[in-house]
Amino acid sequence: MIYDLHSNEPTGPLENRWTKHRFDMGLVNPANRKKYQVIVVGTGLAGGSTAATLGEMGYHVKSFCFQDSPRRAHSIAAQGGINAAKNYQNDGDSVWRLFYDTIKGGDFRSRESNVYRLAELSVNIIDQAVAQGVPFAREYGGLLANRSFGGAQVSRTFYARGQTGQQLLLGAYQALNRQIAAGMVEMFPRTEMLELIVIDGRARGIVTRNLVDGKIEAHTADCVVLCTGGYGNAYYLSTNAKGCNASAVWRAHRHGALFANPCFTQIHPTCIPQSGSYQSKLTLMSESLRNDGRVWAPLRPQDSDCAPADLPEDARDYFLERRYPAFGNLVPRDIASRAAKEACDDGRGVGPEVNGRRLGVYLDFSKAIGQLGEAVIGERYGNLFEMYQRITGEDPNKTPMRIYPAIHYAMGGLWVDYNLMTTVDGLFAAGECNFSDHGANRLGASALMQGLADGYFVLPYSIGNYLSQHEADPIAPDHGAISSAISAVNSRIDRLLSAPGAKHPPEHFHRLLGQLIWDNCGMSRDPAELKNALQQLPEIRDRFWHEVKVTGSGEQFNQTLERAGRIADFLELGELMCVDALERNESCGSHARSDHLTADGEVKRDDDNYSYVAAWEYSGDVSTPILHKEQLCFEFVHPSIRSYK
Amino acid sequence: MSLVLHIWRQSDSTAQGRFERHTIDEFTPDMSFLEMLDVLNEGLISAGKEPVAFDYDCREGICGACSLVIDGIPHGPQNATTTCQLYMREFSDGDEIWVEPWRVGAFPVVRDLVVDRSAYDRILQAGGFISARTGSAPDGNTFPVSKETADRVFTSSTCIGCGACAAACPNASASLFVAAKIAHLGLLPQGQPERNSRVHTMLAQMDTEGFGFCGNHRECEAVCPKEINIDRIARMNRDMYRSLVRR
Repeated sequence: MIYDLHSNEPTGPLENRWTKHRFDMGLVNPANRKKYQVIVVGTGLAGGSTAATLGEMGYHVKSFCFQDSPRRAHSIAAQGGINAAKNYQNDGDSVWRLFYDTIKGGDFRSRESNVYRLAELSVNIIDQAVAQGVPFAREYGGLLANRSFGGAQVSRTFYARGQTGQQLLLGAYQALNRQIAAGMVEMFPRTEMLELIVIDGRARGIVTRNLVDGKIEAHTADCVVLCTGGYGNAYYLSTNAKGCNASAVWRAHRHGALFANPCFTQIHPTCIPQSGSYQSKLTLMSESLRNDGRVWAPLRPQDSDCAPADLPEDARDYFLERRYPAFGNLVPRDIASRAAKEACDDGRGVGPEVNGRRLGVYLDFSKAIGQLGEAVIGERYGNLFEMYQRITGEDPNKTPMRIYPAIHYAMGGLWVDYNLMTTVDGLFAAGECNFSDHGANRLGASALMQGLADGYFVLPYSIGNYLSQHEADPIAPDHGAISSAISAVNSRIDRLLSAPGAKHPPEHFHRLLGQLIWDNCGMSRDPAELKNALQQLPEIRDRFWHEVKVTGSGEQFNQTLERAGRIADFLELGELMCVDALERNESCGSHARSDHLTADGEVKRDDDNYSYVAAWEYSGDVSTPILHKEQLCFEFVHPSIRSYK
Repeated sequence: MSLVLHIWRQSDSTAQGRFERHTIDEFTPDMSFLEMLDVLNEGLISAGKEPVAFDYDCREGICGACSLVIDGIPHGPQNATTTCQLYMREFSDGDEIWVEPWRVGAFPVVRDLVVDRSAYDRILQAGGFISARTGSAPDGNTFPVSKETADRVFTSSTCIGCGACAAACPNASASLFVAAKIAHLGLLPQGQPERNSRVHTMLAQMDTEGFGFCGNHRECEAVCPKEINIDRIARMNRDMYRSLVRR
């Protein structure tokens, strides 16, 4: 199939593009909106805000989430904040500066028009959230407070303690509740999308499974919106919620939606390390800890099981301070992460041995405590120390913290044009599940901004534009495409329940997959290792379908069955991630190819050959996807080199 | 270390439930309570049995999905903690632990330890919001909010909707949950226009769902993982009487 990878972005001066585009888009008369049905899958910041806003406008919306309540979507766990170019601090911020910081932070692998629009809409998000009652931090005079965040020299981050995601999500959830009560949004909690229905080339509905009683149902609509989050759980251990999955986007991919930049996954350097093979997830500790903590590992591998107190200064390697004297412990996320990995790969990791490896380095506050006292450090990091102690049983005031990097965000996702429409007509993707705004690396406090910009302020226009070009046209419930989609879902469920050599719970395979792609397609990617992973992945997938053991039936509440279906999709997506990482023969942002690093361990971009979005088409065989390229063109900024020396 | 678990098993909302005894032969202090159940479940699946159903998602104490009564206490013995943040070092070798679902009529059991908490969603749908149409908001700094008020709002809006308050209450009241939302919205200038109607519609819905009313037992604040204070309920009651006069 030939895809027109036209981004459909407007032309002309960057600052006028969104305004011009809004004027050029078609509208649906308020009286006609009630004739249209829109399906929104996912109720995080993007999905919740989309469904609420479309409901307000008068469309009929069906909203779906797999959790027991829309309020539990994983946006709730975002800690730090949300960026907006309000310039309330009078420190030189502007829409243009936020745009520039974001596109530079993404290492020049995103579209100028999209990122500019994101920066432009950021100011409206803050107003909207405040009007809904989101309790952002305030100054004593009652005005909104800001703090600074990585990758920026201005103070533009709005926050609600360490729970900004929770507060913003509750705002969107309450707006959604209002529309549910008004009868404009029909809510389907504990309902998972398992298939996309495509009729005459248009996305016209989804097949879902009711997770309480197992009932399989089709829902049709005039267009479908996916807001289903990222795929970090492909790595098994990540900071994502356990339920986060890629099944909806993967179903869409198999129906013709191109998957863009799957290898762009972000690692967070300061997470609590794994303590045993039973570990189910990793917990993030705020990066702010590196302001006062010193990162070190034992100098010699034979000291890795010594208690830290027994190691004198000359037996310690403060490797960030040694390697990056200018930035020291405050080097960017990717550089800090890779340095920690290298120390552990040298056999100098600390903490409990898990599967024969010690994966952790120290983050030591003793110097700061010595200089400033326990009280001052407690004031700065008290809640984080408490959280760390609860999880590990160790007091960071007495012994150094142990940290290790973990996956926590996916920049890659479904390819979308300027209207956030995928390559399947009438199928939109918003929030983390699209690839659109963060390039090869996301800056802190930008994820919340993107989810809400897409949902409150972009999709309400672009969906109206799309619907204005199509008559409302209900699908007959006995349409052949519906019954074939339902039978595809049923046969897949049957297959999961009746593997011929069933012997392992689904998690067994998830852990195998996670270990493989974490080792080979994680913090540092080596071509030979990627090829090795690509050889093993089809074998693991075959074994999964042969040996996965799911007890119980499909007609009941069955969490094992839910997980098995999601893992089956991760096993395919994991392969695409490795294919993409191998194809992108450069380093950029989060994608650090071992053969394209400077002597200091920084990434080396190849703008001449790789300044494009890699958008992959499903060919019918997972192992041989077809690459399409959207060339990125920089009319307004000049790609420069990041330096933190 | 090893321990004995007595876990509530119930195949669906209408079935008769029972306690099932399991021995956990190996657990380590660094495991979370839910990871201990994961290990149990993987063993059950491997043995061809059906695993114990329980709700979980973020496993970092913020989504509000997890919901177990452990030895009679919602979210277990540790203060200000969700079940997912409860670690096995709180238990000792040889312990016998009883694990049940939330016991509230308005939260019917779905399966085993999973309950249906949609009643909480419906209470919020009845008025737990500020009607602010997308696009119609004034500048964020239009209404100053003192830092003190903003902090107080935050300590109410931090509710995760887990349901422990109702599960702990002898009256199975949802008062702390409802009052936290009423305080969150009612303390803010943006929340004033709907303040009088909100308290009525939400309390009426709480009643319709079959929750009881507050009897000042204070069990709710004792188990609340976010330590929401019971003074919000007093505030809610005041709002209710105030609205009768001002309506």
